[in-house]
Amino acid sequence: MPDFDKEGLRNVLLVAVSVCLVCSVIVSSAAVILKPRQLINQELDEKQNILRAAGMLPQGSNQDMQGRGIDELFDQFTVHAVDLETGQFAELDEIDAYDPIKAAKQASRSRELSADEDIATIGRRENVSLVYLRRDSDGVLDKVVIPVRGYGLWGTLYGYLALEGDLNTVAGLGFYSQKETPGLGGEVDNPSWKGQWPGVELFNAAGQPAVRLVKSRSPSASAAAVHEVDALAGATLTTRGVENLVRFWTGELGFGPFLASLKANS
Amino acid sequence: MATTKEVLVDPIFNNNPIALQVLGICSALAVTVSMSTTLVMCAAVVFVTTMSNVAVSLVRNRVPTNIRIIVQMTIIASLVIVVDEVLKAVAYDISKSLSVFVGLIITNCIVMGRAEAFAMQNGPLMSALDGLGNALGYSVILIGVALIREPLGSGTLLGFEILPRVMDGGWYHANGMMLLAPSAFFIIGLFIWAIRSWKKGQVEESEYEIAPNVQYGEAI
Repeated sequence: MPDFDKEGLRNVLLVAVSVCLVCSVIVSSAAVILKPRQLINQELDEKQNILRAAGMLPQGSNQDMQGRGIDELFDQFTVHAVDLETGQFAELDEIDAYDPIKAAKQASRSRELSADEDIATIGRRENVSLVYLRRDSDGVLDKVVIPVRGYGLWGTLYGYLALEGDLNTVAGLGFYSQKETPGLGGEVDNPSWKGQWPGVELFNAAGQPAVRLVKSRSPSASAAAVHEVDALAGATLTTRGVENLVRFWTGELGFGPFLASLKANS
Repeated sequence: MATTKEVLVDPIFNNNPIALQVLGICSALAVTVSMSTTLVMCAAVVFVTTMSNVAVSLVRNRVPTNIRIIVQMTIIASLVIVVDEVLKAVAYDISKSLSVFVGLIITNCIVMGRAEAFAMQNGPLMSALDGLGNALGYSVILIGVALIREPLGSGTLLGFEILPRVMDGGWYHANGMMLLAPSAFFIIGLFIWAIRSWKKGQVEESEYEIAPNVQYGEAI
């Protein structure tokens, strides 16, 4: 090209447009081609988080003792939408695509919490959330898993709380996303700390959330002992955050009404 | 003109991007807490640096000087997005723990630095080797840091237990600092010290001399 002017306006525009075109084709085809696999991964990850919270997957493994995989185990659960205000089951058009955390960010699908109500520091609470129920072969309720979240020290902890069929005993608590200090608050992921949760009773005789994270346990015979879990050493604010989020989500503004009505029906 | 071998091997020890040029430190701090994330991060940087060097080198004679930086950025950003998408599809867990740091390869000074400093002046093959060499230099340091941080911080390497921790019934008290980003600063500092005692040529000349202390009367 004899009259090719590299610095000229024509070439500047030509290069800019063609670079953008080529790059956008590459980026968008990668996104489109890989999308289905990414969605499968996300779904699998969510199922795995729920199963882990319910204590149905051993530490560091994707299969249970009988060698059943995530999909097979998760098929034992049924997903339901719950209206948190009334505590009744709700109807949702696309329950698989529903994300309660996204809903909590939209004014029309959530309610603002006042400072007194908002013990878990989440700002807004969605109107409709999801629960995962597992019934045994006789149709008796066996496990209930609810999504929970709340503010710790550095950020929001997201997790699942699993209850036994009596709707009072904890079957497990697990967080899938947290930003707490590694080694201190980050110990919320420590298997031996999490191992204290199964068996803890959520509600006191009056039906109020009564879980406490304590420095020293009450004598094992006392009424308080069944509600207690060890606090995390060196992580006061994370500990408070966990206590508050469990109390919030099992309380009046969380799944309290739902658990009560489920109990009344069964 | 540098030989092919020099272009590839030099950046690994003689002209290491982290140890000598002190580039790309941010991701070296962030991802080295476990070996598996480190290896994936290194693979991603190797891919992006090599490919972006090749791409920039191929278009170098057409790109007007005025917009060369934004053209390089566009190419690098596209490659990084592709890597990120691939990771989300094939290694979801690792891509979750790398979180934003894959995206931040775009701003990794090594990638941009090699595109601007080398690929704009050299042919595609040499540029590919230069990109590969620099990314390997980056990887060597990262793997070295992870090799120290993961065993001392979590008692494992690539998830296998090496030092049984007290909380799992062993004897090793895990060093919590190794789980935090600042520990990588200390380790990289020690590496730089080691490399510079081995290769004295890398020691920078001091920019000024500290004057000796003077008595009060002499200073006036």
